[in-house]
Amino acid sequence: MTTTTGPHPTRRLILQGAASVALLGLGNLPFTAAPARAAANDKYPDEAFKQKNEADAIKALYGKTAEPSDKVKLDAPEIAENGGVVPISVTTTLDKVTSISFFVAENPFALAASYRIPDGTLPSVANRLKMAKTTNVTALVEADGKLYSATKEVKVTVGGCGG
Amino acid sequence: MAIRRRDFLKGAGLAAASLSLPRLARGTETASIYELERFGNARILHITDAHAQLNPVYFREPSVNIGIGEMAGRPPHLVGRAFLERFGIRPDSADAYAFTCFEFEKSAGRFGKLGGFAHLKTLVDRLRGDVGEKDSVLVDGGDLWQGTGLANVMQGRDMVEVANLLGIEAMTGHWEFTYGEQVLRDNLERFKGEFLAQNVFLTEEAAFNDARAFDPATGRVFKPSFIKELGGHRVAIVGQAFPYVPIAHPKRFTPDWTFGIREEELQKHVDALRGTDKVDAVILLSHNGMDVDLKLASRVSGIDVILGGHTHDAVPQPIAVKNAGGTTLVTNAGSNGKFLGVLDLALDKGKVSDVRYRLLPVYSELLKPDPAMAELIGRVRAPHVSDWSEKIATPDRLLYRRGNFTGPMDEVICTALRTELDAEIALSPGFRWGVTALSGQALTMEDLLAETAITYPETYVQEMTGAEIKTVLEDVCDNLFNADPYYQQGGDMVRAGGLSYTCTPTDAIGSRISELRLDGGKAISASHRYKVAGWASVNGRQGAPVWDVVGKYLRSGRMLQERLGTGIALKGVDGNPGIAG
Repeated sequence: MTTTTGPHPTRRLILQGAASVALLGLGNLPFTAAPARAAANDKYPDEAFKQKNEADAIKALYGKTAEPSDKVKLDAPEIAENGGVVPISVTTTLDKVTSISFFVAENPFALAASYRIPDGTLPSVANRLKMAKTTNVTALVEADGKLYSATKEVKVTVGGCGG
Repeated sequence: MAIRRRDFLKGAGLAAASLSLPRLARGTETASIYELERFGNARILHITDAHAQLNPVYFREPSVNIGIGEMAGRPPHLVGRAFLERFGIRPDSADAYAFTCFEFEKSAGRFGKLGGFAHLKTLVDRLRGDVGEKDSVLVDGGDLWQGTGLANVMQGRDMVEVANLLGIEAMTGHWEFTYGEQVLRDNLERFKGEFLAQNVFLTEEAAFNDARAFDPATGRVFKPSFIKELGGHRVAIVGQAFPYVPIAHPKRFTPDWTFGIREEELQKHVDALRGTDKVDAVILLSHNGMDVDLKLASRVSGIDVILGGHTHDAVPQPIAVKNAGGTTLVTNAGSNGKFLGVLDLALDKGKVSDVRYRLLPVYSELLKPDPAMAELIGRVRAPHVSDWSEKIATPDRLLYRRGNFTGPMDEVICTALRTELDAEIALSPGFRWGVTALSGQALTMEDLLAETAITYPETYVQEMTGAEIKTVLEDVCDNLFNADPYYQQGGDMVRAGGLSYTCTPTDAIGSRISELRLDGGKAISASHRYKVAGWASVNGRQGAPVWDVVGKYLRSGRMLQERLGTGIALKGVDGNPGIAG
């Protein structure tokens, strides 16, 4: 769909952003055919994207629960400058990362995006989220068969000093 | 105006019991409260949130400034007597008048106006002269270029000239951004100091399009810090602009830039200043607001002192905050030119060994105006001032703005909007700038502009459902009372005219506002549509500028017949020392 091999670091971010926007809009990001460690990731996760709440979406995608970890670094604004395009990114120092997923707790559908991380790839993903209202954003990292998470509240405001 | 030197000296003498307040006066002929005992080897002078007030002003500090959660009862959330007691200030002193709302009207007649750049210039020169020009630096925390009709028509150029003559060597910004990138850059070309902001970055789109940046590799739009040698040591001053510019103001002014608190980037930068540049001290020149600075100080290490602004809190003593690297002192230096922060540092190799801080009120009646600055102020004002000298009303009551929920000045604005635009309800922003007018003091257009002069002054009338009105009130209220300061934007509650409500600040967003009623007592219905007037919208509007609308109302003389006062009831904050008794 898009190539992410540009020499320009900014360009790569833009393209990652574009990919995730397309994912949100169409819900059909073609997953690569690389063999996955987790059985849940073998095919396009239709069911997970259909779940309304976060716990159900995580269950449908991974079939297990996550534990919070300070090795998952989620970068998101405290207050969104534009709720329609909220930039977030995740990096992790965990080994053997196989997937990274984003959830927005109170969006109509909680799962926003899920990335497969092939062997030898730096586990670093930037994304943009469309957020209906103030809520928690959670990043999940699947590493060595286990799930780790980081959560941050992102406030979506009507804006203005008021009035 | 008669000089009431005896009053000042009495006040100063009494206040000297407190360490951080001005020293006991010795003579009668000089303004000896400004004779500071020498301390350390470097002096940093700090002004912030002057809001372009070139001449001395009356400015009443708030009688409602509620702190919630961990901030309850802690500075800066103390008002009136609780404030005086916390800082050991005598109630009948000049300092009580400068720092609090206590007996404001009575004291205003006694101690006169504060601030004014010609007076400030005299004080700055004196305090720099005391320690030597080269061992001192003057910095500004932002909101320097906005707040008057003059600054608005000159787009801040007047204040750049004043800043240059005053000798400001570094500044950061907030309302400066509301003139847009081009004007900001043009002004900075003329500014002789540095504009510092570690937390302003290009958006990804702007970076992709190679928009201008100080550091294209990181996307940092402005220089993050500068290093100055003071007292034979290297002091780094890092700038922190207001983190929420594109949210609090129309995004169209800063389309290419993204802001935020940027704690991690700040930590990295501070670490680099310490590790690579081997500075001996790190000062953060911040426009975060005091609650945000207090939290930031607990999480970022390596900063010696935060010189803070934005929330307009005049706090006489620094607050010490522990963090992983040691202790950071947090200050906030008031607003409208009323105060000059004086930070004396004892610098050693790689560290600050001791600190003395004073927040000096700029008593205009005790300071001779500097002739060169007075001449400059006269010159920049000359082309415009006669247009705005018309007296449009003489209020029969004290008009001030500052306060968490309302102020009589905003009640006048709301009543004017409802009357002139024929609306049931008016909403007006809870700005913290805007000076105070005494009862019986004639209001001119220049005075009205000092309450309203912004780059998006258009008024509007629109229909809103009761549910939408509640959402707006809840949203703004959360900016003020969110238990986590990082989710607060500063500013006060949106002012509501024609509407009464109950607010429970300690509750969560969505359940703080209840009992919404129209004037007359009829309950607001969630689904009913109401005609609402307002101004300063972050969305583009086309209506007449608010100063024309309010000016027309005031000229009609109707203000004198209106009974002002809003029906806002507070719940769950009984005994909070952020409410004056």
